[in-house]
Amino acid sequence: MNILVGISRVPDTATKIIIGADGKSIDEKGVKFIINPYDEFALEEGLRLKEKYGGTVVTITVGPEASKEVIRSALAMGADRAVLIKTEGFFDSFFAAKNIANYAKQFNPEIIFFGRQSVDFDSLMVPAMVAEFLGLPSITIVSKLTIDGTKVVAERDVVGGKEIVETTLPCVISAQKGLNEPRYPKLPDILKAKNKPIEEITPEQLEPKVEILGMEIPLRARKNKIVGDSDQEIAEIVKLLHEDAKVI
Amino acid sequence: MKKILVYLEPLENKLKRVSYELITAARQISEKTSATVSGIAFNGTKEALETAKEFGLQHTYLIDAPLFASYSASLFSKAIAELIRSKEFDLILFPAHTYGFELAGRVSANLDAAYVSDCIALDISNGDLIVKKPVYAGKSHITAKLNGNIKICSLRPNVFTATSSPVAEIQIEKFEPNVSEADRKECVVNVMKNEGKLDVLEADIVVSGGRGIKGPEYYHLIESLAALLGGAVGSSRAVVDAGWRPHSEQVGQTGKTVSPTLYVACGISGAIQHLAGMSSSKYILAINKDKDAPIFKVADYGIVGDLFNVIPKLIEEIKKYKE
Ligand SMILES: Cc1cc2nc3c(=O)[nH]c(=O)nc-3n(C[C@H](O)[C@H](O)[C@H](O)COP(=O)(O)OP(=O)(O)OC[C@H]3O[C@@H](n4cnc5c(N)ncnc54)[C@H](O)[C@@H]3O)c2cc1C
Ligand SMILES: Nc1ncnc2c1ncn2[C@@H]1O[C@H](COP(=O)(O)O)[C@@H](O)[C@H]1O
Repeated sequence: MNILVGISRVPDTATKIIIGADGKSIDEKGVKFIINPYDEFALEEGLRLKEKYGGTVVTITVGPEASKEVIRSALAMGADRAVLIKTEGFFDSFFAAKNIANYAKQFNPEIIFFGRQSVDFDSLMVPAMVAEFLGLPSITIVSKLTIDGTKVVAERDVVGGKEIVETTLPCVISAQKGLNEPRYPKLPDILKAKNKPIEEITPEQLEPKVEILGMEIPLRARKNKIVGDSDQEIAEIVKLLHEDAKVI
Repeated sequence: MKKILVYLEPLENKLKRVSYELITAARQISEKTSATVSGIAFNGTKEALETAKEFGLQHTYLIDAPLFASYSASLFSKAIAELIRSKEFDLILFPAHTYGFELAGRVSANLDAAYVSDCIALDISNGDLIVKKPVYAGKSHITAKLNGNIKICSLRPNVFTATSSPVAEIQIEKFEPNVSEADRKECVVNVMKNEGKLDVLEADIVVSGGRGIKGPEYYHLIESLAALLGGAVGSSRAVVDAGWRPHSEQVGQTGKTVSPTLYVACGISGAIQHLAGMSSSKYILAINKDKDAPIFKVADYGIVGDLFNVIPKLIEEIKKYKE
């Protein structure tokens, strides 16, 4: 079974965001980059599938040369090999999705796993776009998955509850927290990963569909009225909820 | 911008609230560009669609065949793409939730169109569509320009306020896309509603508990406060990881992103990953016994105290207003 997993490189979620000199991207100095947390669920699911049915797990990343560090962590988790579609600087989701789809057309995966969202731009765009480019079914935000032959059954979160969705392979799945517990690579795996191949591919260039004009740190002036817990003070807060916020 | 299309979601005899927000956002763009605005709905009643008049919508397409009784990303997006192509829409607005995200993504790939997700502001400047969207879990915002002939945005629910601007009539026009059962690549076979429970994503008020609640047996405090306020119950990850509450309630980076009118954080420290899911709420009330808890930095109102004393008092006080 050919299994493709999208891995994106993002700043650690605890990073304090400082805007860079260009005014439209973050200052990367001192920022630690990690595998997008949702992509670990995606990769774990791919690895489990391989363990069950055999096959090859290939990770794919659209990003700069510096992505190799997180790609190595993905290889340490157990991916067989990696593809880096190398591009420096800003690119939009359309570019990422199109190039991932281009590679998928030659690799012909039975299943493509992505994370629910990339926690840099929080776009939730790439999985559905790739599915559409390839004419494949897609089930996004999946928290439970069973595959039996070519039959795929997924549970996923929707507003107000959950849904069970069925489809058939080949398909695109995006992983939500809860799908599995990603493994921690052991030292031998980390060493082995050093020798696994990372294939570099030159992307198809596209006119940018989206241009970033600026970035800002949102300043929300909060009222910041903090009181103690006496009856009077609590009554005062409730009065504000009524008069100011008008929620009561 | 000449023709704007808005994705409408009928819910019984009304539309979902986010649909009215989308209509309002489209109307505001049309006022600046003199573009026309139409809706697109799958299987809504006349009564449901007519409610859109209140927000100024004068025209909507309706795709109503049994084929569309149940959702499928491939099928629905194919029908929408055909409508956009044949009627030459150049701006399409979707709601930023599970369905909206995947429909917008698919339609943009299908039509080779620019798409920005989860927008919190739209504007026209020198004829360009300029949007704002939170990135890095809301720690910063970007302003972006969409290029090309067709532009797609998904809008974060609860951010654009639906404002009334009544019109006398709405024209409901049937559209019959050239699709068939073979285009349904995914089948929803079962829907499990959180019975009787309001989803944090849909609620105007969310009351969340954190590790400070000590154990699931005390969650009735959170539930009573939420019930009194007509809101939904949320949880921090600590509470979900401990198995006290279901993941569907989790607010934050790996849970849901909410922006209710009021968010009440009870016994939640205010870790950056929690703030990621609620910092765009209009008002925030925090209850925490630690006066230095980071949650107070983002709060409009804060009560420093033991939640086991504070919540019952709060409930008592709110009841006075409700009576
Ligand atoms: C990749 C990643 C993703 C994450 N995603 C999320 C997410 O989606 N959502 C999320 O919430 N977290 C998330 N976290 C976890 C986050 O970092 C925090 O660990 C978590 O939010 C803490 O939950 P808490 O505030 O309930 O608990 P704590 O941090 O333990 O805080 C408990 C608070 O309760 C107060 N308290 C205790 N007793 C009382 C009392 N009797 N009365 C009043 N106050 C009291 C304490 O003063 C304290 O401030 C994520 C972390 C990582 C690394
Ligand atoms: N640059 C990228 N390279 C590889 N995969 C990506 C990239 N961007 C997004 N993805 C995949 O698509 C998922 C959703 O990302 P996004 O649509 O950007 O929120 C991620 O979790 C990744 O699996």
